Amino acid sequence: MSTQDRPAASPAAGPTRREVYEAGVRRRANRIALASTIAVVLALVILIPLAPGWEDVKRAFFNGRVFAATFPGLVEAFVLNVMIFAWSAPLIALTGLGIALCRDTRSPALFPLRLFGVAYTDIFRGLPVVLVIYIIGFGVPGLGLPRPWNSPYIWGTLALVLVYSAYVAEVLRSGIDSIHQSQRAAAASLGLSERDTMRYVVLPQAIRNVVPANMNLFIALQKDVALLSFIGPVEIFRQAGVYKSLYANFTPYVGAALIFLALTIPATRYADYLMNKQNRERS
Amino acid sequence: MTAKLSLRGVRKRFGEVEVCKGIDLDVDEGEMVCLIGASGSGKSTLLRCMNLLEPVDDGVILLDGQDISEPGLDPQPVRQKIGIVFQSYNLFPHMSAAENVMLAPRRVYGQSREELRPKLAEMFGRFGLGDRMDHYPDQLSGGQQQRVAIIRALAMAPQIMLFDEITSALDPELVGEVLDVLRDLRGQGMTMVLATHEMGFARELADKVCFLDAGRILEQGPPDALFNAPREDRTKAFLARVL
Amino acid sequence: MKLISTTAMALALLTSAAYADGHAACAAGKTLTDGTLTIATGNPAYYPWVMNDAPESGEGFEAAVAYAIADKMGFDADSVTWVRTSFDEAIQPGAKNFDFNMQQYSITPEREEMVDFSLPYYTSAMAVLTTQGVVDAGATATLDSLKGLKWGAVATTTGLPMLTNVIQPDSDPLLYNDNADVNAAIMAGQIDAALYDLPTALYLSAVIVENGALLGQFPAELSETPDQFGLLMEEGSALKECVDAAITALTDSGALAAIEAQWLAEATGVPVVQ
Repeated sequence: MSTQDRPAASPAAGPTRREVYEAGVRRRANRIALASTIAVVLALVILIPLAPGWEDVKRAFFNGRVFAATFPGLVEAFVLNVMIFAWSAPLIALTGLGIALCRDTRSPALFPLRLFGVAYTDIFRGLPVVLVIYIIGFGVPGLGLPRPWNSPYIWGTLALVLVYSAYVAEVLRSGIDSIHQSQRAAAASLGLSERDTMRYVVLPQAIRNVVPANMNLFIALQKDVALLSFIGPVEIFRQAGVYKSLYANFTPYVGAALIFLALTIPATRYADYLMNKQNRERS
Repeated sequence: MTAKLSLRGVRKRFGEVEVCKGIDLDVDEGEMVCLIGASGSGKSTLLRCMNLLEPVDDGVILLDGQDISEPGLDPQPVRQKIGIVFQSYNLFPHMSAAENVMLAPRRVYGQSREELRPKLAEMFGRFGLGDRMDHYPDQLSGGQQQRVAIIRALAMAPQIMLFDEITSALDPELVGEVLDVLRDLRGQGMTMVLATHEMGFARELADKVCFLDAGRILEQGPPDALFNAPREDRTKAFLARVL
Repeated sequence: MKLISTTAMALALLTSAAYADGHAACAAGKTLTDGTLTIATGNPAYYPWVMNDAPESGEGFEAAVAYAIADKMGFDADSVTWVRTSFDEAIQPGAKNFDFNMQQYSITPEREEMVDFSLPYYTSAMAVLTTQGVVDAGATATLDSLKGLKWGAVATTTGLPMLTNVIQPDSDPLLYNDNADVNAAIMAGQIDAALYDLPTALYLSAVIVENGALLGQFPAELSETPDQFGLLMEEGSALKECVDAAITALTDSGALAAIEAQWLAEATGVPVVQ
C-alpha cells in the first residue's frame, strides 16, 4: 500500500493515515457484527424447531391456511382502528393543550381551573385505559341517552381522549416549563400580555420541543384503540378474536400483530429520528 | 424641569440578599446614562426594575412625574414606553427576524404586517441588516441578533431605552457594530440607560456615569469627572482594574 | 335436584357392574391420571349448564351429562375431578390439563382442524334476546324486522356466523367478551338484541336482563348447519372413541333426552322466527 509509505499525504492526494486506520477498524467491526448476527439467527432457526412442541405451536400460531383465510378480513377491520385513531388524535391534542394551560394558569381567580388540571391529570394517568373505557363506555350511555348519542364509538372515544389527553397535558406542561424564563421576560418587556406571550412565544416553542415525546404517546394510542373492542366495536383485535374462535387457532392474532407492526415500526423509527435530531440540535 | 425618569430610594431584595439598597437617580430627556460597576453590583436588577420586570420593594419610580412603581399597577403600558435589550438577546427562536420585530406592534398596537414592513425595512437597512429580515435567529451572528433585538425594542416606539450589558456576550470583533447602533440612537436624541463594561464607550458618549457598588450609587457625574478624578476609593479601585 | 342426583347415583350403582368391564377398559390408561376423569368447564360456568357454578353437584345440564358420560366410561362420581379453563386455554398448543372440556363448544369443521370434538350431546336452537322496550317499539319475529335492529353477540360464539349469514343486519353488529358485557350494552341501549343459544337466552332474559324478552328462535331442525355442542379434546385424543361410545349409548337409551328434559325443559313456547 503506497498510502502507508506516505507519512503526510495532503488531503487532495488520497485518504489520510487516520482515515485508512478508521476504515480498517470499521471493516473489522462490520465483519464481527455480521458473523455474530448470523450465528444468533442460525441458532434460533435451528434450535426452536427442535423443541418438542414446535409442530403444535406452528399449527396454532403460524398456520398458513388460517392466515390466508383471515388476513384480508383483519386488514379490513384495521380500517376502523385507523378511523378511531384519526378522530381521537386531534381531540386528544386539543384537550391535552387545554389541560396543560389550565395547570399553567397563575391568576388566583383561575385557581379552580388549576386545581381541575391537577386532579384531571392525576386521576386519568392513574387509571388503566380499559377501566375508563368500561366505565365511560357502558356507564354514561346507561344514564338513558337516546341513540345515536349512546354509541360506544362516542363514549369509547371520550375515554381514550380523557386518558391520553392527561398524558399529553403532562408532556406539554414539561415543554412549557422548559422554555427559559428569559423568553417570557423578553415578551413581557415588549408589553405583550400574558395570554399573547403564551400563545405566540411560549407555546410554539414548547410544542415543537415535545413533538417526539408526543409521537410516542400517539403510537401507544394506536395500540390502545384496540381496547375499544371491549365495549362493542369490531376492530382488528376483536376481529382476530372472532377468527380465533371460529378456527380454534391463534394465527389471526399473529396476523393482527403484523398489521400493527407495519404501522408502528415506521412511526417509532420516525419518532426516534425526530428525538435524535432534536438532541443533536440542542448539543 | 422634571426628569424624564426619576428613581427615589428604590430598594429590591431577592430573598435574603438586598440587591438595590436605596437608589436615587434622575435621567433627563435625551440623556444617555451609563451604569458601571462590578458584576453583582445591581446594575441589571436596577434596569429590570425600571421597566417593571422586577417589582420594587420600596421607593418610587417616576416616569414624567407619574409614579409607575405603585404595587398593583398594570405594568404593560409602562413597558410599552420603556424598552429593554438583554445581554443574551432573547430573540424568539421560532420566528424570523422580521416576525420577532413585528409581533409586539401587531398584538399590542394592532398594526398590520403591511403597514409595519416598510418602516421595518428602513430600520433593518439603517442597522446594516437589510438582507437579514427573513433569517431566523440561529442563522444570524451574535452581533446581528443583538441588533435585531434592539430593532425589536425600538419598534414599540419607546420613550426610553434600557440596555443591559448588551455587548458582554459578543465576540470582540462584533462589539463595534452594536455600539455603532447605540451611537446612532444617541444622535437621534433617544433617552437611554446602559449597564455596560465598555468604559471607552461610556467615556466618549455618556452624559452621566454612575458607579454602582453593592446596591448603591456610590458616585455619579459627567464621564470626564468620574473617570479622571474619582472621589471614592472604591471607584478608583474599580477603574484601576478595568481601565 | 335431589331426585336427579339420587337417580344418577342409583343408575351408577345399577349400571357400573354391567358396564364397568367393557367401558372402563376403553378409558384405561388414556386419561391424564389413571382412574380419574378430569373434566374442564368455564370459569364461571353458567346456568342452566351448571347450577350455582358448582359442577361437582351434578346439577345443571352439562354437569349432569358429564357425570352420565363418566359413568358410561366407567368412572364413578368420586373419580371425576373438575378444572376450569377459558376458550383460549382449551385450544392453546401443548399439554392439556383436562381429558375433555365441556362448555357449549359448537362443533365446526374449522375447529375440527385444530382440536377433536366428541359426537354432539346437544343441538341448540338460536334465540333472539332483547328487551320488552324493543318489542313494544314494534320489533317482531320476522327476518325483515330483525334486520333493522342493532345487534350484539359474544365474540367467541358461533352465533356470529348465523347473525351475519342468516339475519344479515343493516348495521354491523357489536361484539363483546362475555354475557355480562352484552347485558351492559343492552342496558345502555347500545344494542337492541343479541343472538344466543336458546337455553342461555332463556336464562338471561328471565334472570339477568332487566325487562328481558325472547323475540323468537331459529329452531335447530330448520337450520342447514345447526349449532351442535360437543366435548372438546386434544387433537388426536385417544379418549375420543370411548367418549363417543358413551354419548351414543346415552343417546340411544334416551338418557340424554331425559337429562335435557330435566334441565332445559322451558325451551318450548318461544315463537319461531319467520
